[in-house]
Parts: sequence; structure tokens; C-alpha cells
Amino acid sequence: MADQVLDVKGLNCPLPILRAKKALKDVTVGGTLEVIATDPGAVKDFEAFCRTTGHELLESKTEGKVFSFVIKRTA
Amino acid sequence: MADDTNTKRMSMIVTKGTLDWAYPPFILATTAAAMGLEVTMFFTFYGLTLLKKKLDLKISTLGNPAMEMPMFGMHIGMPNLVSALPGVDAAATTMMKNLIKKKGVASIEELRSMALEADVKMIACQMTMDLFEYTKDDMIEGPVLGGAATYIETATKSDINLFI
Repeated sequence: MADQVLDVKGLNCPLPILRAKKALKDVTVGGTLEVIATDPGAVKDFEAFCRTTGHELLESKTEGKVFSFVIKRTA
Repeated sequence: MADDTNTKRMSMIVTKGTLDWAYPPFILATTAAAMGLEVTMFFTFYGLTLLKKKLDLKISTLGNPAMEMPMFGMHIGMPNLVSALPGVDAAATTMMKNLIKKKGVASIEELRSMALEADVKMIACQMTMDLFEYTKDDMIEGPVLGGAATYIETATKSDINLFI
């Protein structure tokens, strides 16, 4: 289970990324954040976000119209 | 975290102040900041209206031939001529604002606060502030005044420079 869960369902770009960035500040280094979104763009966005920031994208799931991501804070 | 040599920088010149043109700069600035870039926004001409304390952004059907509003299950194009009819631009603006709320898109006010919170540097062009007789009092707290040379210096050090 992720340390923190962030629900950004119904929010559109760039809010999922911005809210996730904010939420990650409260996650300890090494801890995880689960993000639940409905914005289809978020799939590629979180991949790019993790590549650029160095955080790890542990999981990216699609269930119908809901996308969930688990991000590990690396620094 | 990332040392100074690894930090990417982005600068942008923001020249337009309508509701539709307000989105690209603020979305790019906030997202770039969230991804660790140092961002500087230089507001000039009509971009200055995006720095006002009270935002009252509008859109117009005039000069927007590619504008298609989702209405009645279709996309309806807006011919230039209709903007001359009283109330049409106001209606288009209201329609746009409602769409934004309905689709869970952030408001410009929200994006702007997030940008400031994320330490995005905002510079208001001194010359055009003067030209349009805006004072620092009209604007929100945060932006500093600067000129072209200030922008150019920032741009020479930036990896991404955009003109919006």
C-alpha cells in the first residue's frame, strides 16, 4: 500500500502533475505516492515527470477510465 | 537535490492577455517548475493584463477562425462577423469559462498562484507598463519590473526560450 494516496479524478492537465508534485513533498524519501486520475494525458505525463525528476514510476495501471500510478520519491 | 549545472532553465515572453492565450504560459510554467526547471516569465503588452490583481479575462470570436465550440453535440465554428453582434463575445467568454469549470481545468488564478508558489520568476516589462499607464499597484505581489536587456540575459542562460 502506498504511503499516501492522491485522488485527482476529474482534474485536467496540468493539475494531476502539480498536485502530485505538492503531495510528494510530504512523502518521506523512499516512500510512495499513489495517484488516481481520469485525465488520459496523465499516463505519458507521469512517465515524463518521473524521467525528468528522477522519481521512480513503480506502477502505471489503467482500469477503464481510471488511471493509477505509484511513484517512489527518490530524493 | 540537482546541483546548479544540472538544472534546466526555461524563459518565456508572454504577449497576449485573452483567456485562451493565458493558458499556455501558465500551464507550461507551472509544469516545468514541477519538473524541476527554473522558470522566468516576461510579461509584456497584453500579457501584462495577466498580472492584474483582479483578473477579468475574455475571449473573442473575432480573429479566431479555428475556434469551434462544442454545442448541441457538434463543434460549431464562430465566424468573425458574429463578434460584431452585441453580447456574442461575452457569451463566448461565459461558455469558455463554463467549459473550463466543467472539465476540471484549473482557473488562471489558480495556475498563477501555483506558479508564484513554485518560485516562477515573473518580470513585468517596464516600458509597456508605462505605455499603458499601469502601476505596480494594479498588479499582484511578486513580479518585478525589468526591460529587454533583463530578458535577453535570462534567455542566454536558458535551455528553453518561448515566445507566446
